Amino acid sequence: MALDELYKEVILDHYKNPRNKREMPGAELSCSKNNPLCGDEITVFVHEDGGKVLDVAFVGQGCSISQSSASMMTEAVVGKSRDEVDERIGAFRGMMAGEVEADEDAFGELVALKGVVKYPVRVKCAVLAWDVLQEALAGVGEAEGSAPH
Amino acid sequence: MAVTERRGAGTLDAKAIKAEFPILERISHGKPLVYLDSANTSQKPRAVIDTITEYYERHNANLYRAVYELAEEATAMFEGARTTLARFIGAPDPSTVVFTRGTTESINLIANAWGRRFLREGDEILFTEMEHHSNIVPWQLVAEATGAVTRLVPIEDDGTLDPSKVEALLTGRTKVLAITGQSNVLGTMPALERLTASAHAAGAIVVVDGAQLVPHNPVDVATLDVDFLTISGHKMLGPTASGGLYGRLELLDAMDPFLGGGEMIMEVYPDHSTFKAPPHKFEAGTMNIAEEIGLAAAIEYLEALGMENVRNHERELTAYGLEALGAAGATVFGPKDPELRGGALSFWYKDIHPHDLAQVLDQEGVCVRPGHHCAQVLMRRLGVPATTRASFYVYNTKEDVDALVAALEKAGEFFGA
Repeated sequence: MALDELYKEVILDHYKNPRNKREMPGAELSCSKNNPLCGDEITVFVHEDGGKVLDVAFVGQGCSISQSSASMMTEAVVGKSRDEVDERIGAFRGMMAGEVEADEDAFGELVALKGVVKYPVRVKCAVLAWDVLQEALAGVGEAEGSAPH
Repeated sequence: MAVTERRGAGTLDAKAIKAEFPILERISHGKPLVYLDSANTSQKPRAVIDTITEYYERHNANLYRAVYELAEEATAMFEGARTTLARFIGAPDPSTVVFTRGTTESINLIANAWGRRFLREGDEILFTEMEHHSNIVPWQLVAEATGAVTRLVPIEDDGTLDPSKVEALLTGRTKVLAITGQSNVLGTMPALERLTASAHAAGAIVVVDGAQLVPHNPVDVATLDVDFLTISGHKMLGPTASGGLYGRLELLDAMDPFLGGGEMIMEVYPDHSTFKAPPHKFEAGTMNIAEEIGLAAAIEYLEALGMENVRNHERELTAYGLEALGAAGATVFGPKDPELRGGALSFWYKDIHPHDLAQVLDQEGVCVRPGHHCAQVLMRRLGVPATTRASFYVYNTKEDVDALVAALEKAGEFFGA
């Protein structure tokens, strides 16, 4: 597989110019987590009102896959209800597990990450921010790393 | 042993050596394989692969008790491997060499069989900031169980270990100095002879993690005067799950067994058992027979090369690698003087995350290791989440370093760094 099938242009764009990468003082929900496998660590903030996710931001460091996935995630879930966000998280995990057909209508820019499926070690990087978002919504706060090494 | 034709003028003919490793002929992602991850695991020469095959095709049987020819052959080969390993590290007596699956198991054996017997509440265990997790975690576990406490020895900003920092922490309470012989991240080689003398003067034993030291340097436990040295076979051309430990005989005698079971006992009664003398006291159940016999073949291969020559070859490659990586814009961690270090070059390159970097290098056929290298304490000290590490062995050439640098430059272009 050629390198540019894994590192699509849109991934590199979100990596170099991450969207919503900022602190969110006063966020109702947040969660931090690290992936000891590759040193990625991420905190996700959620501003929620009336059952809707009105703003999502993240801070942290990591590889291009984890950072771009976090960046795209913040745009993909904003303005959605909790149920819709849960559905998105489930669908994204399905795509990363190779179980859900990744078409652009359903996934938008996130479809760029489907190349990661062929690199099992990197799937953890792509899913990290989504795990943290789910745990933030569940009120977990601090979570243990998911990939002990 | 004592094959001398490959002994060159104090160094190695790495190209000729490379041809004796079948895997190094393969193509990866359409490119010739450039294997720079020997600190992780080494590749195996044809001689080792053939020895394992021959063992299973001609000699396989369980050890010691069976009375047929195969078992006698297998036993002689296995005990012969012990003699070979003892000779390789300068151990005075094969009985001082215990076979294990490698350094992790060896350190756990020492921490449990020696530590739980002899450590008391308030006793102190010293280890350094650059230890591998396998020379930290077993000591934390035994400290928890015995009430002993662990103390961290700091390293210097340049990645060296100042012996006086160890000596400043040695007190009458210090019972163990657990220290690497060569850092798997920084390549740093502590002053073991001085540190051993100082630790002994304070009444502590010295446990050397030899995972990176033994494969790359001439080692003589009698000269070093260490109490324990742990050995990883798969990092020195041998099979995975081969290796062992050297222990001072009086310590091995006084220690408890580690695993209980068959082969390590003299007599078993319903309420108690008696145990064999070292080393068999520590070898319960069916051992890794083929692996240790394969390790002996690896040692004979290294002895034929000459360990002084191995060290000289790697020192040259390390000097070349330090310069080439520096010129390419990489920051290399650890000592800059090749005399003070081994050939594990951990670096940070143009703010490209190590995992991204290693992925691009893989596409170029270059195998390196990204991550924390089982040294999270050290990563925090260095202030990085992870590094990329290239590491050398007998089959590596300057062309391999050139291929690494070319691949780095490609990664730099790709990520626009």
